[in-house]
Amino acid sequence: MTRSLRWLAGAFLVAWPFVYSAPYPLHIVVVVLIWSFAYTSWSVMGRFGLLSLGHGGFMGIGAYVTALLWNYGGISPWIGIPLALLAGGLLAVLVAYPCFRFRITGHYFALVTLALGGIVLQVITATRDYTGGSLGYTPERYQGGSSLYALQFSGKTTWYLIALAVWAAGLYVWYRVDRSMLRYALEAISEDEDAAAATGVHVTAEKLKITVLSAVMTALGGALYCQYQMFISPDTVSGISISLQMVFAVVVGGIYVSLGPTVGAVITILLAEGLRVSFGTRAAGWDNLVYGVLLVLFIVFLPKGILGSLLDLRRTRGPAVARGA
Amino acid sequence: MGIVDIFLLEALINGVLLGGVLALLSLGLNLIFGVIDVVWICYAELIMLGMYGMYFLSGVYQAPIVLSAAVCIIGVGLLGVLLHLLVIAPLLGSPPINQLLATGGVLFFLQSAATVLFGVEFKNLGLRLPVLKVSGVFISYARLLAFGAAVIGMVLVYLFLTRTYTGAAIRAIAQDRQIMTLMGVDSRRIYLITSAIGGALAGLAACLLVLQYDVHPFVGLSFGPITFLICVLGGLGNFVGGFIAAFVFAEIISLGGLYFDLEWGYVFAFAFFIVMMFVRPQGLLARRS
Repeated sequence: MTRSLRWLAGAFLVAWPFVYSAPYPLHIVVVVLIWSFAYTSWSVMGRFGLLSLGHGGFMGIGAYVTALLWNYGGISPWIGIPLALLAGGLLAVLVAYPCFRFRITGHYFALVTLALGGIVLQVITATRDYTGGSLGYTPERYQGGSSLYALQFSGKTTWYLIALAVWAAGLYVWYRVDRSMLRYALEAISEDEDAAAATGVHVTAEKLKITVLSAVMTALGGALYCQYQMFISPDTVSGISISLQMVFAVVVGGIYVSLGPTVGAVITILLAEGLRVSFGTRAAGWDNLVYGVLLVLFIVFLPKGILGSLLDLRRTRGPAVARGA
Repeated sequence: MGIVDIFLLEALINGVLLGGVLALLSLGLNLIFGVIDVVWICYAELIMLGMYGMYFLSGVYQAPIVLSAAVCIIGVGLLGVLLHLLVIAPLLGSPPINQLLATGGVLFFLQSAATVLFGVEFKNLGLRLPVLKVSGVFISYARLLAFGAAVIGMVLVYLFLTRTYTGAAIRAIAQDRQIMTLMGVDSRRIYLITSAIGGALAGLAACLLVLQYDVHPFVGLSFGPITFLICVLGGLGNFVGGFIAAFVFAEIISLGGLYFDLEWGYVFAFAFFIVMMFVRPQGLLARRS
C-alpha cells in the first residue's frame, strides 16, 4: 500500500461517522475496532511463537481494575487506566520472567498462561462481593450523560474516534516492532533459543519486553471495552474462551501481517452478528460452530491466514508489493 | 473428635476421591501426549459428549446403565480415532503450536455443536446415589464409585501397557518415534490404537462424572484446564507423575474449599501450579538437568 493510499484510507475512516452515523453499524464498527486492537496486541507476541492462552486474563485485569477503581475509589479512568495497565504489566512480569528464565517454552508456556487466565477468572468469580462475580459488573454512570473526566460518552461518534485512534496506535506499535532489532532477536529465538543466545541475544530480556508490551496493550483493550460497553462480566472480558477467541481470530486473519488481526476481528464479529441478526436466539452456538470448523481448516490448509495468504499470492504473481501491508 | 476435625477429615477424604477422578482424566491425556506428542485441548469436550451420551441413553431412553456406559466408552473411543484421523494426522509434521490450535478449533466446534443440538440447559441423569455415613463423615457414593472405577481403569491401562505386545510398542514409540518405525512397528497403527484408548478413557471418565455433575455444553471448561495443569505438573507423558499431581491438586482444591471458598480452592491450585512450574519445570518427578 502506498503512502498516499494509506493517508486516504485514514481520512476516510475519520470522516466516515460524520456523514453516516446510524447507531447500529457504528456500534459494530466500534466493537470491531476495540477487538481488532486486542487481537493485534495478542499477535504482537503470538507471531514469534510465544503462544499465550491467557490473554483473557490481561484483558480482564484492564477492565476490572479500571471499573473497580472508579466505583470504589472514585478514581477517574484517566488515572485508573494507567494503573490497570501497570497491574497488567506487573502480572506479565511476575509470570513471564520465571517462565523465560527457566526456559518454559512451547506446550508448557501455553499451559502456564492457560493457568494464569484461569486464576484471573477464578479470582474475579471468587471476589463476587466486590466484582459481582459471574453476574457481571457495571461502572457507575457519572452524573447522567457524557463526561471527559469519567471517560464516559453517550455519543457513539466520540467512541468511534477514540477506538479508531487506539486501533491506529496499536498498528503503529506493530510496525515499530516489525522494524526493530527486537523483531530479529525474537525471530532468532523462536527458531533456536540456544543459537540465538550464542550470538549474543539476551533471550530472557527480549522475550520479557515483548510479553509486557503485549500484556499492557491487551489490558488497555480491556479497559476500553469496559468504558465503552459499561458492562463487564468474566465471560465477556476474561476466561479461556476469550483467550481462545483471540488466538482464533488472529490465525484466521493472518498472524504475520499487521492487518491480519483486524481482518480476523471483522470476519468473526460480522459472522457472529450476521447470524444473530438473521436467526435471532436460534443462532446461539452456530457462530462458534463455524469458527471451530474454520480454525481447523485454516490451520491445516492456510496456516498464514486469509490476509497473509492473499498477500503471498500477490507477491508471487504481481510486481513487488510493500511488505506487511 | 472435634467438629472441625470431622470437616477436615471429610475434606481430606473427598480430596482423595476427587483425586481419583482427576487422575483418570489426566491418564488419557498423558497417554496421548506421551505417545503422539500432541495435546488435545478438546479432551474435556470429548468427555462432555460422553456425558450427553450417558444422559440420552440412560436418562432419556432408559437403557440399562451398564450397557449405556459400554456404548459411551466405545463411542468416545471412536471419536478419539476420528479426531486423530481428521485433525491430528494431517498436522503431525507441523509446529506443535498449530496442533494445539487445531484441537482448540475442535473445542469450539464440539462446544457449539452441543449447544446447537442439545441446548444450553443443565441436564442430569435424575439418578441420585445415596450418601455413605461413616462415623460422622459423609462420603458421596458416586464419588466412591468414581474413585473405584478410576483405579480399576488405571490398573487395566497399566497392565495393557506392560503386559501386551501392543502396549510395549506404544511405550517404545513414546521413547523414540524414529527408531521404532525402523524396528518394524507401524507407527500409524499405534497412534490410532492410542487415540482409541485415550478416547475410551475419556468415555469412562464421562460415565463417572455424569453421576455427580450436571451436563451442559460448557461443562468441559470447568474441568478441562485443571486436567491440563495436572498433566503438566506431573510432567507431560509421565503417568506416575500425573497420578501424584492429581491427588495433590485435588487436596488443594478440597482443603482450599473447606477453609475459604470453592473458587479460592481453584485459585490456590492454579497458583501452586505456576509456582511448581518454576521449581520443577519438567514435572514433579523429573530430575533437574
